[in-house]
Order: sequence, then structure tokens, then C-alpha cells
Amino acid sequence: MRVIVGKGSCGIAAGANDVYEKLEVLSRENPVAGTTLGITGCIGMCFLEPIVDIYPNDEAEECLRLVHVQGSDAQTIWDAVAGGELDKLEPLKIKPEDEEFLTQQTRVALRNCGIIDPESLEEYIARGGYRSIRKILEQKITPEAVIEEIDKSGLKGRGGAGFSTAFKWRAARNSPGEEKYLICNADEGDPGAFMDRAVIEGDPHSLLEGMLIGAYAIGAKEGIVYVRAEYPLAIIRLKKAIKDATEAGYLGDNILGSDFSCKIRIKAGAGAFVCGEETALIESLEGKRGMPRLKPPFPAQAGYWYKPSNINNVETFANVAWIIDNGGEAFAAMGTENSKGTKVFALTGKINRGGLVEIPMGRTLRDVIFGIGGGIRGGARFKAVQLGGPSGGCVPAERLDVQIDYNQLVITGAIMGSGGMVVMDENTCMVNMARFFLDFTTKESCGKCVHCRLGTKRMKEILDRIVEGKGEEGDIEKLEDLCNAVKDGALCGLGNTAPNPVLTTIRYFREEFEAHIEEHRCPAGECRALISYNIDPDKCIGCTACARQCPVDAIKGEVKGVHVIDHELCTKCGNCKTACRFDAVVVR
Amino acid sequence: METRSDLALIEPTLSEYRDQKGSLIAILQNAQDIYGYLPMDVMEHISREAQIPLSTIIGVATFYTQFRLQPVGKHLIMLCDGTACHVNSSELISAAITDELGIHDGETTKDGLFTLKHVACLGCCSLSPVMMISGQTYGALTPDKTRQILRKLAEEEGESA
Repeated sequence: MRVIVGKGSCGIAAGANDVYEKLEVLSRENPVAGTTLGITGCIGMCFLEPIVDIYPNDEAEECLRLVHVQGSDAQTIWDAVAGGELDKLEPLKIKPEDEEFLTQQTRVALRNCGIIDPESLEEYIARGGYRSIRKILEQKITPEAVIEEIDKSGLKGRGGAGFSTAFKWRAARNSPGEEKYLICNADEGDPGAFMDRAVIEGDPHSLLEGMLIGAYAIGAKEGIVYVRAEYPLAIIRLKKAIKDATEAGYLGDNILGSDFSCKIRIKAGAGAFVCGEETALIESLEGKRGMPRLKPPFPAQAGYWYKPSNINNVETFANVAWIIDNGGEAFAAMGTENSKGTKVFALTGKINRGGLVEIPMGRTLRDVIFGIGGGIRGGARFKAVQLGGPSGGCVPAERLDVQIDYNQLVITGAIMGSGGMVVMDENTCMVNMARFFLDFTTKESCGKCVHCRLGTKRMKEILDRIVEGKGEEGDIEKLEDLCNAVKDGALCGLGNTAPNPVLTTIRYFREEFEAHIEEHRCPAGECRALISYNIDPDKCIGCTACARQCPVDAIKGEVKGVHVIDHELCTKCGNCKTACRFDAVVVR
Repeated sequence: METRSDLALIEPTLSEYRDQKGSLIAILQNAQDIYGYLPMDVMEHISREAQIPLSTIIGVATFYTQFRLQPVGKHLIMLCDGTACHVNSSELISAAITDELGIHDGETTKDGLFTLKHVACLGCCSLSPVMMISGQTYGALTPDKTRQILRKLAEEEGESA
């Protein structure tokens, strides 16, 4: 029997370390013959963390999944394991409807995540790991044939731009020069996205194998992974994976006895969203300020140290070994005409079941949000879903049946993006949402291009005014003008796409902008300057719960008498609304 | 007031990267690990030893959010302002911290105990709103829960002092 604790970042944040440490002590003090304790990476069911999986039979994949496990449950779990009475764990067992979250997915990039121990090379190999690179080297498959296979699969870059992977590899291969570099972009900067982190934390060898195949294909002898510094656990696990793979002969000189040599190293980023742009990333790799270069020349011609370089993101590489192993056609059999294979999304926001979702392209947004995600938390009404973070846009309820496909999503004004999918309900103000993203791009603009540096700032000032109730007639048009100017005038993807969140919110929620500007009203009840908290006298029973929670003593009233909020003192912190069990606190 | 940093501490880093071009970011990251921030005299020293103009070093140090030019408090509160946290009302958490400690984004309390820093995304979106204090993540925050966490930390400091 195996007892496995999910130790991805999410699980650890929810308390998985405590659970693991307690189980570890118990397993040492009271060892059970034939039973081992282990860890795995992100299972993807973040809404159920911390999770403990018990595999009663070492050979079978069948497992008993325990959810929301706390350190205090460790004794119960170990006793049940020791006594062979797993039925006693029924109260901790996952609910059947929550299992749908995983059963509705198709996992390619995440094929090993949440199953294997990410720190074990053996477990990766046991599930077919390093079989693809071995096949290429032992059967002496040419780099051209490898690129051909990737071409057949139709794989496109999963970082956001959606450019053909085979095209990029071919360009780098055909570029003259002996010294070439393969770079992995793991600078996952979109707020609300954690797909790449999950892959590195949960299955680092699949990234390394994908990179090896890419390096072989383009003719590079060195690979570099540029990882966000905010992902310390990912860096630790990747370091270990590189060390283990090197010792086992999968990395380094003459890999598996062939004449192919390649080493891979890690470079920790230092926090700059613009470094997700490939030429800015290259500047940063060279130790400089991460400011984009003019293109052309493209990185395939002159990239890192002006040598031919190829850059793909983590999820793209995680698909590569699977494609070589199963054939390009198998990958292309999934998805739509121009979007092949699967895509990983980080489903978050006001959703019942949030976590990592991998599905074949072509499924609808409604499928993901209401099928896999189980709909909106607290029974509220769905309003919009934001795709692609600060470079993307929002898709409203009436467009939920759109297929997840690079072209179809662009028609809505949003983009596929890297995979952030943030769900918003009726209590989210879309004007404030647009302001939130502009605030982000304003801070992250590198300052190289005037349009982006100043244009985003002016736009944010207008949005600031609107959410404060100081909007003016003509503001919407001014925003649209600025959006178009920034789109056209910026050099890189950050500036080109920064207006998207504003343009899509104006397109679908214009009436919300108008309500703010003309009526000084926030329909969602979110913009603090435009709302007030009030107590409904018909619903208030005088329990004093709100008054006790008010940090500024703005709520007056006798026990069992109706309470009143003093608007002069109220700081609109919302504590009273949270405290009231009778829905008597209303926001207007 | 000008403080003097112990420049010997950075020597191993400087020799490690001496012959590797493009290592400025890595050198600065090590320096910040050692000193807690990037003191001016350390940057001047790196400039002299690594033969990199001081303007280039300051340029890089001010470009990336990870680098700090001022010392931080004993507990660094990293309040997540990612999209999911924003949608789940991280603004109320920010207001609660300001109310409780009297500091805004980037400021440190007078007793040097807490520094507040808003960060883009901690990647624990399912637990939003989230903050991280000294490596420990606190999720599903409410203004009230936030206050309790801060008071508990301050209390523990009081006891150990």
C-alpha cells in the first residue's frame, strides 16, 4: 500500500506539510509492513487541498482520495492504514460529484502530475519517461524527422501567442551557426495563472525531456530554463531533476552513448512581467534590464548573445515527449481544425471547483466553467470569464458557448493566452476589473515605447476617475482612442495587448461604464467611492453581530433593536456584511 | 546616516561569477540574500570589482521588483494582488492591514517588525485572497482573520523580546 500526500505549492499553502510531517512521524513510530509514505506534485484539485491519496494495491491505479485533510486527521489515517480498515476513512473521502473535476479532463501535458513523486527519476521512467529521447537517439531519427513529427501534431506555443512550434524549430535549425541555444520560458507572469508552475513542481523531468528533444531538433548544446523567482519550490525540484538526469546519463555529454550532448541550467528571474516577451527575456538572461529588442532579427536568427535561439514555454515542452512517443497524429486527433491537442487552464475566481484543468481544444467555455468547475460559488449569477490575463479580455455570459480554439477566442476579443481563466460573478465590477489590469500593465511597462509607457498611464488615470465617480462625458471614447494608439504604437506584446482588457469590457459592459460616469453608480456594488452600506430594518433582528465586527464603531443600536450605520464614520470595509447572518446589510 | 556593509561577505559571489558574462542579476540576487537588501556601498563595490558601471547596476536593481534598495522589517507581508485575489476582495485585506499596522504598500512599521508589499501573484489562486508572511502562506483571508494573524505575530515577538 502507498500513502501519498499532494505537495504542490497550493497543497503546502493549505497545510500539506503539517499533514506529511505528522504521517511521517507515525510511519516511523508505527511502521506498517508493505506500506510506504510518499509525495506527489499538484493534483490540480486545488479546491480540495490538502489531499492524501491511498493506493491499496501497488500495481493498480485505483486510489482512495481523502480531501481537506488536516494534521489532526493523521492519526486516524494511519490507524486505518495499519488496521486495514480503510472504510473508516469514509468521512474524509472525496464526494462523487467532485471526482467529475478530473474525470472530465484529458491529460497530456499534466500526464504525470499528481501521480508520480516529482523528485523521483525512477517514477518518471516507470511511466514511460525518457523513452522518447531514447527512441530518437537509438533509432537515429534525424532532427528533421523530429521536427516533421511535431509539425504533424500541429502543436502551437502554449505561452499565449500560439505560434507553430515546428515552424520555430525549423527556423532555428536552418539558421547558420554552430552555437545555438534552447530556452524555456518559465516566467509565468500572468496574475491568476499557475499551469507552468504545476508542471515543474509536479513533473520536472517531462520538461527536461521535451527540452532535450527540442535541443536535438534545432542543434543546440545548451538549454536554459528562465524561472520566476517567485516559484522557489519549482526551482528546487527542477535543480534536483537536472542533477538526477545528469547522473543517469540523460543530460550532459554523449547522452545515452550517442554523439548528442546537451546540458541544461536554471536562471532565476527577478520579477518583471515584460520578461515573458521573448526578446526581453533574452536581455534579462544576459543580465540586463528586461527591455524588448526590435524584431527582426528574430531570436531564431539572433537571440541569446545574438546566436540562433529558440524559446518555448513550459507547457509546450511538456507535450513534446508525449508526441514523439504516441505520434503526431495522435495529438492532432484531439482538438479542432486549427487548434490541435489539449490545453491546460488555471480555473480560479468565483468558481465552485477551482484548480488545474486540461481539456482537448474545442470544448466550450461553458463546459469548463459549469461542467468541470461546477458553476459559480455561492449560487451567484455568472457575469464574465477573463482569459489571458493582462493581455487578454473577458468573455460575457452570452458568448459562453464559444469553442476553446485560437481563432474562435480571438473573435470574442479575448485570446487563448497562457491559460489563466478567472471567473467573475455579478458582484465583480467590470470597470474596476479593467482598471485592475491597467494598473498592472502600467507598473510592468518597461518604459521603452512612449505609447505604452504614457498611454497606459493616461488610460489608468481615466479609469481611476471613473471608479471614483468623477468620470466625464467622452471618457469612453477617449479610452477607445488611447487603446488603439497603444495597440499600434508599442513594440512588443505587452503594449500591443495591454488595451485588450479595456476594449473587451467596453465592448460587452458599456452600460456599466455609463452607470459609473452618468449616474455615479456602481451596479456591481464594488467601487467603494460609489457605494454605501445600509441595514434593512425589516431584516435586522438586533443580534449586534455587525456592531461587534465594525472596526470604527460606526454601527449603533440596542440589543434586539434595529441597527443603523453612520455613513460619516463608515470605512466600507464590509465586515458587517460578512458578519450578518440575516442578509440585512445591503450595499447600494 | 550612512551605514557600512561588510563587503567581505560578497567576495565568494564575485569570484564565482568573475568569468561569466551576463551574471549581474545573479550577483545582485546573492547580494540581496546576504544583506537583506541592496545597500549602496555594496553596489559600488560590485561595480568596482566586476567592472560594471554603477549606472548599469542601479538600472537593473530598479528595473526588477525583486530588488530592494531599503531594508525591510522582520516580517515581510506579501499581499497578493493577483486577479483571483482581486476578484475575491483583496482590497479589503489591504485596508485591514493598513488599519491595523498603519503602513501602506512598500512601508515599514516604526518598530521595524512589519513591511507591507503588494505582489502580483503568489499562484495560490484557489485559496484567494492570500498573503505570505516570512514564507508561510495564509489563505481564505477575511479582514478579521488578517487582523488576528498580525496580532498573533506581534504578540509572539513581544514574548521573545
